[in-house]
Amino acid sequence: MNIYRSNVLICGGTGCTSSKSDQIQEKMEIKIQELGLEKEVKVIRTGCFGLCEAGPIVVVYPEGAFYSHVKLEDVDTICEEHLLKGRIVSSLLYKGALDENNVMKSVENVNFYKKQKRVALRNCGRINPEDINEYIAYDGYKALGKCLTEMTPEDVINTMKQSGLRGRGGGGFPTGVKWSFAAGNVSDKKYILCNADEGDPGAFMDRSILEGDPHAVIEGMAIAAYAIGADEGFVYIRAEYPIAVERLKIAIEQAKEVGLLGENIFGTDFNFNLHIRLGAGAFVCGEETALIASIEGERGMPRNKPPFPANKGLWGKPTIINNVETLANVAQIIDYGPDWFRSMGTENSPGTKVFALGGKINNTGLVEIPMGTTLREVIYDIGGGIPNGKAFKAVQTGGPSGGCITADYLDTPIDYDTLTELGSMMGSGGMIVMDEDNCMVDIAKFFLDFTVDESCGKCVPCRIGTKRMHELLEKITSGNGTLKDIDRLEELAHSIKASALCGLGQTAPNPVLSTLRYFRNEYEAHVNEKRCPAGVCTDLLQYIITDKCIGCTKCARNCPVNCITGKVKEMHTIDQTKCIKCGACQEACPVDAIIKK
Amino acid sequence: MKSLEELKKIREAAIKDIELRDGEQSTRIVVGMATCGIAAGARPVLQAFLDEVKKRGLKDVTVKQTGCIGICRLEPVAEVYRKGEEKVTYVFMNPEKARRVVAEHIVNGNVVTEFTIGAYETK
Repeated sequence: MNIYRSNVLICGGTGCTSSKSDQIQEKMEIKIQELGLEKEVKVIRTGCFGLCEAGPIVVVYPEGAFYSHVKLEDVDTICEEHLLKGRIVSSLLYKGALDENNVMKSVENVNFYKKQKRVALRNCGRINPEDINEYIAYDGYKALGKCLTEMTPEDVINTMKQSGLRGRGGGGFPTGVKWSFAAGNVSDKKYILCNADEGDPGAFMDRSILEGDPHAVIEGMAIAAYAIGADEGFVYIRAEYPIAVERLKIAIEQAKEVGLLGENIFGTDFNFNLHIRLGAGAFVCGEETALIASIEGERGMPRNKPPFPANKGLWGKPTIINNVETLANVAQIIDYGPDWFRSMGTENSPGTKVFALGGKINNTGLVEIPMGTTLREVIYDIGGGIPNGKAFKAVQTGGPSGGCITADYLDTPIDYDTLTELGSMMGSGGMIVMDEDNCMVDIAKFFLDFTVDESCGKCVPCRIGTKRMHELLEKITSGNGTLKDIDRLEELAHSIKASALCGLGQTAPNPVLSTLRYFRNEYEAHVNEKRCPAGVCTDLLQYIITDKCIGCTKCARNCPVNCITGKVKEMHTIDQTKCIKCGACQEACPVDAIIKK
Repeated sequence: MKSLEELKKIREAAIKDIELRDGEQSTRIVVGMATCGIAAGARPVLQAFLDEVKKRGLKDVTVKQTGCIGICRLEPVAEVYRKGEEKVTYVFMNPEKARRVVAEHIVNGNVVTEFTIGAYETK
């Protein structure tokens, strides 16, 4: 057996892979062989480290040297200097890993990671997800063994109830309670489903868990199956995640080979078989009844609830459907106990939550924090604040189903209930930060663009209602809106919320209601003054020539509609009624005298 | 998977491969591996340390390499850092001496004085 003295971990998440981390790995392995170090240095492809802004990431152990923004040209240097000669290459280290004296800090002390608590993400960036032995080395499948040999299904459900784990897909429903509903039904067949359809734009929490630690999800599903009395499960995963699908397939195969899936697991009479079903690009299939319909081969459309899937789900049988992140917490709750889980987070929302930080923020990436951490801590301490010195405006949580939260509420501790009270929601964990250059009306329109596209069309409130809302937003952002339109928008939003068939329609108006609540002045500026305060909505922008103008006439000569007048060496003016806002004048001006506002 | 015992065996075998990722342990054996060290034969010394530590299953020991320590004429050099103890510098190391250092110093806590730089200086 080989005795390695060093492990080189290279991030193999989708983000870093698209920045060539796979090529970096290949080059590194060749160089290591060239240097004769292949028996001493092991290269491992892991899942997402979370600090996506710093990718591609390479971490060398035992020192814990965190190399960031690694390029192909850096590979030789790292191999020759660090791996061969033992000298850490400070110039290639992540800037946050160096303290004031340029001494390397260990990764956990870097600002980005200091306030995080990686529970669902614990193995991401630590193990090779394509090797079941590494999962087992970190206590993998111990919990499943404990459940099957020492606990009854009721014990397992009670443990989950005591832990207070709530659905991490956004619903926040107590997991243990949901399981007890399915367990309470007598049926010849029951199913456990994993919702890996992660449709929220900008959200990639579930993707990273599946790419970096697929076995955590498999073990969670097996434990759930035992608890409710199921012997079969499906992972419904969106086809747009090819790396995650591949890793999941490999993980299932390996688990089968070792007998952790299949018949008589751990020598008991518990059997469990797991299959994968791919989505086909429909956001609505993240809704549980639409997901079930899709697996059944029907068109992905939701249906009325009750009956709830726990009573009548897949093919009419009792079915539990859980989100990826929820399942990734299960094994640890069994391993360390419900009190351990409750020791983190808040009274009503114990545990941690994974957030995908995006938008106008320095440290974009994946963070996992104990519930109760404030928004300010996430955005400024972990996220590193807003780039380019811009002012924070709002943060959108919950994606197209959520709402925005303003600076006044930055000290709110994050949990399911506090966010809902503010008119937003936890959602699946997408967190998009906005600064002074974002137009809130435009943001609402962006999310409605998405939900209108994704509406399945079954119910009138969503099919027609969201479309009408979108048209009103188009009117307002193009400068043709009236105050009555704003009132109509609000009225529509409330009635759609009250009458839509499923969560997609019921929550689609949220971004509109939320932006109206906190930024009504922006809507009114668009309507009353035909002005976009943030300078985003192109139809409301004007190109204006300032007094920097030297009268060179270049703009007038470049204007395709001849709307600029002025004498040579005198200030020119644009006729706003004729201007088509193409920007050609601004491009032509040699003294930057033309501004857009 | 027929039993918890079977799982435990897989875990124990696999743990050896990943221990490195827990970072540096409280005891560090640092071998000088700059050009001077390598030329003087530090690689076999490094291998011997690694092999001996693994053979004895010492969990809290990290073996690593470093650049030029400065005393090039005394290479191969190995330094032992232990929590609560002063650093010990061993000079003119070879694989056999390395194994003795592990057995006597790391395991039994007795510094192998005759190999130290102090002993060399007073010769």
